[in-house]
Amino acid sequence: MNASTAPILETSGLGKTFGGGRTLLGARKPQVHAVRDVTLAVAPGETLGVVGESGCGKSTLARMLVGLVPPTSGTIALDGQALTDAAKAGPRAFGRTIQYVFQDPTSALNPRKTIRQILEAPLIHLIEADAPARERRVAELMDIVSLRPEFLERYPHEFSGGQAQRIGIARALAAEPRIVVLDEPVSALDVSVQAQVLNLLSDLRTRLGLTYLFISHDLAVVEAIAERVAVMYFGRVVETGPVDEVFRAPRHPYTRLLLSSAPAIGARAEASDAPQAELPDPTRPPPGCAFAGRCPNVRDDCRTAPPPLVPMGRGRAAACLHPLPAEGADGPA
Amino acid sequence: MSAISTSSSAGDAARTPERPKRRSFLRLLLRNRLAGLGLVVLAAIVAIAILAPILPLADPNATAPANRLLPPLSEGHLLGTDELGRDLLSRLVWGTRLSLFMGVAATLVAALLGSTIGLVAGYFGGRLDNALMRSIDMLMAFPYILLALAIVAVLGPGLLNALYAVAIVNIPFFARNIRGVTVGLSHKDFVEAARLSGMGHGRILVSEVLPNVMPVIVITMSTTVGWMILETAGLSFLGLGSQPPQADLGSILGEGRKVMLTAPHVTTIAGITIFLLVMSINLVGDGVRDALDPRLSAGALARPAPVTRIARAKNADDAAPPEGSPALAVRRLSTRFEVGERIYRAVNDVSFTIRRGECLGLVGESGSGKSVTALSLLGLVPSPPGVIRAGRVWREGEDVLSLSREKLRALRGGRVSYIFQDPLTTLHPLFTVGDQLVEAIRAHRPASHAEAWTQAVALLDRVRIPAAADRAEALPHELSGGMRQRVAIAMALANEPDLIIADEPTTALDVTVQAQILALLDELRRESGLALLFITHDFGVVSQLCDRVAVMYAGKIVEEGPTQAVLEAPAHPYTRLLIACVPILGSGKRALDAIPGLPPAVDRLPDGCAFAPRCPRATAACKEGEIPPVSVADRRSARCLYAGEVMRAATEGSAA
Repeated sequence: MNASTAPILETSGLGKTFGGGRTLLGARKPQVHAVRDVTLAVAPGETLGVVGESGCGKSTLARMLVGLVPPTSGTIALDGQALTDAAKAGPRAFGRTIQYVFQDPTSALNPRKTIRQILEAPLIHLIEADAPARERRVAELMDIVSLRPEFLERYPHEFSGGQAQRIGIARALAAEPRIVVLDEPVSALDVSVQAQVLNLLSDLRTRLGLTYLFISHDLAVVEAIAERVAVMYFGRVVETGPVDEVFRAPRHPYTRLLLSSAPAIGARAEASDAPQAELPDPTRPPPGCAFAGRCPNVRDDCRTAPPPLVPMGRGRAAACLHPLPAEGADGPA
Repeated sequence: MSAISTSSSAGDAARTPERPKRRSFLRLLLRNRLAGLGLVVLAAIVAIAILAPILPLADPNATAPANRLLPPLSEGHLLGTDELGRDLLSRLVWGTRLSLFMGVAATLVAALLGSTIGLVAGYFGGRLDNALMRSIDMLMAFPYILLALAIVAVLGPGLLNALYAVAIVNIPFFARNIRGVTVGLSHKDFVEAARLSGMGHGRILVSEVLPNVMPVIVITMSTTVGWMILETAGLSFLGLGSQPPQADLGSILGEGRKVMLTAPHVTTIAGITIFLLVMSINLVGDGVRDALDPRLSAGALARPAPVTRIARAKNADDAAPPEGSPALAVRRLSTRFEVGERIYRAVNDVSFTIRRGECLGLVGESGSGKSVTALSLLGLVPSPPGVIRAGRVWREGEDVLSLSREKLRALRGGRVSYIFQDPLTTLHPLFTVGDQLVEAIRAHRPASHAEAWTQAVALLDRVRIPAAADRAEALPHELSGGMRQRVAIAMALANEPDLIIADEPTTALDVTVQAQILALLDELRRESGLALLFITHDFGVVSQLCDRVAVMYAGKIVEEGPTQAVLEAPAHPYTRLLIACVPILGSGKRALDAIPGLPPAVDRLPDGCAFAPRCPRATAACKEGEIPPVSVADRRSARCLYAGEVMRAATEGSAA
């Protein structure tokens, strides 16, 4: 948002490969490049939305940022400090600065622990608070997420999805992190509860000065909460920029496809894509642009090398050799 | 709650009430009569074994050659004596005590070592897992008795060594069982959440994983302790366990063997005792396993019936078939889940009509009863605990719920078919999609395999699957999510239905794929005049596909009408708020209009309008009595006392 501010979270050339290696007999095992060459910067107080469909690598990216998955290549820097060595130490090194909220709120809570035990865990292990401090902080956290204090002695199965997600948010905030990675935090919730949780998240960001990395497949939700957006496809960021501009006039054909596919009140069903259009095989990625197979604008040079993310002015960038025209989403296809 | 999770929405309908009463473990155990019997026998045996030192028994080791081999019921020796004249009853009681102790001790040792290995291997995975589990496999590759003999041969005969041998032999059972469960648990979100909370691996294993694995450890212990008693008895029988004069049941049996022909009572009595002990332990063990199984503890021991239980009161006002010949007419349908004393009113007094070729969208949040409504139509709600308490489902002048079981089965997947949310769970993983289509076709009409195969390929072609003939040979996991859902649609079309019930068919799909599937459904229904009941939580999807929409809340249809009219000017406050809280693409960054509060639990519905506690318009009148649906326009109704005003306000609001 503010180019002058130093980014609080920065990644450069971040990549993750799963599988690979050889079997006992020396045959190669298939390799999946879940995330490739992701370079992002998030300014303090900003919300960066990450959108993309299943399998695009957005969750793997999120998990690398909090240290749950060690990156195969590239670096992560928090507050200007590179975390490459800390990454080997696991999430403990990250926990006080950056925290994570899970998609499925009930599976993220241990069914055999009370809410108090769940909320106290980060206080004990991350900031080593003593008992009275923990008692105070736990009460404060319940208040922050608008849950009644008597819920503390209950077990996760007694809560609805929305309430469980509030507990998940409270746990993430317990050790007072400055960045929160939210991995589809409202997709498992009903729409009426989804709005409550989204509003709570916006409110907390302002009140506590948090920075969010908000991952979602729902463009409307990202638009409602984020300032900037990064669109991912097949492990790469294909377009970034301010949300309203990217959504009003996408430069990458994939972004446009996503936007036109979103169901909207008052629109008739029409497929904006060839029916056989599918993701490429992740174990055998195409040499060029991964979207070439589905792209209406594809030309020969698209299939030779993956297009780099090039700046397109006004804080925007797109990884497309033949980007859509700068204004007007309905430009010539 | 999990009792009715056969359908996810049925589970939601019975949304966790606050503070549910768990059935006590003992009550669950005793409901299994055999386990109860086992428990009584075992308790008696254990009590006698524990009380052995204070019972008025003869010295088990006092020999009396004069009284050797007395038959049972001899004076002073109730069960007779053995070849050294020792009192058999006393030896038996002390022997049982020893066998029981050995079995339990061996189980504890095996459980401790085996579970630790299983936990560590399952949690850390990779090379450590490989190394540990391969050594366990090696242990299992020997016949257990040979292994036990080898261990005793190395350590020398003796009670303690026999105990070690039996424990070591049984470590693999624990290690393998516990590892399997741990592997599943160690990838759960809550374990990762614990890592993010700064916990180390050791602490996570002990405080996060172990409590969740404990039931499995207990089950494995309860089912193996009998086995271990037998094994120790076996070693003692061979003279490698307890050494004379001390005797466990195995050595009593072994000593009796020498005089089996002259005095069969020694072996017989020892054998019966072993049988009673092990049998009672095994019965109790099975009972414990069943009682600890979460699916069973919720109260569903029986397999669901093929048709939902229908227990309707005779009711005159719904008995007349509807006018015209709609594809489906539902009248005053009520479905409940009756779990013990709790009654979950999942569907209450639901009526709607789908005309031929029409698409009705049924919209609601989870737990609103929309899926249970859909499943009730053809009696597919699992019973127990589901019961249809009232209502009729009219089709072609007949009440579907009154049809015979055969007719109902012919209807299912025939003229009326279903499409579910996740095709990966509805398609069989081991058969090709072509074979599954063939099966669907041949279940309803006679056709040779070759004919049916040709039809199957044609169906795949009809749902726009490219290279249909090749794809028919594919297994479900080889297809993408969108392609699988196309196969599910092809299956629904297999027997030329006139009504398809689609339960959230695009919820699990990505938006670009969702757009494709919606377009396909729309084309198919226009092409073949299909009626469609489309269940969803997404107003955007409804507006793209459906002619009419019905909105459900807490088991009731609160508003129904033509899609566009309802979306433009909702007549029920819930519809209005539900539409408002969905973010719409293109309206920028903003706070959303959330609905305060939570939907009510369907086992404790309030009087009057269920939405009243969350409704900004609610008055005292809303909270009493039944609120009937009122007509607000042509073919449009809402269950709200202020429907007209709400609608007018919406119209003015959108005009302004």
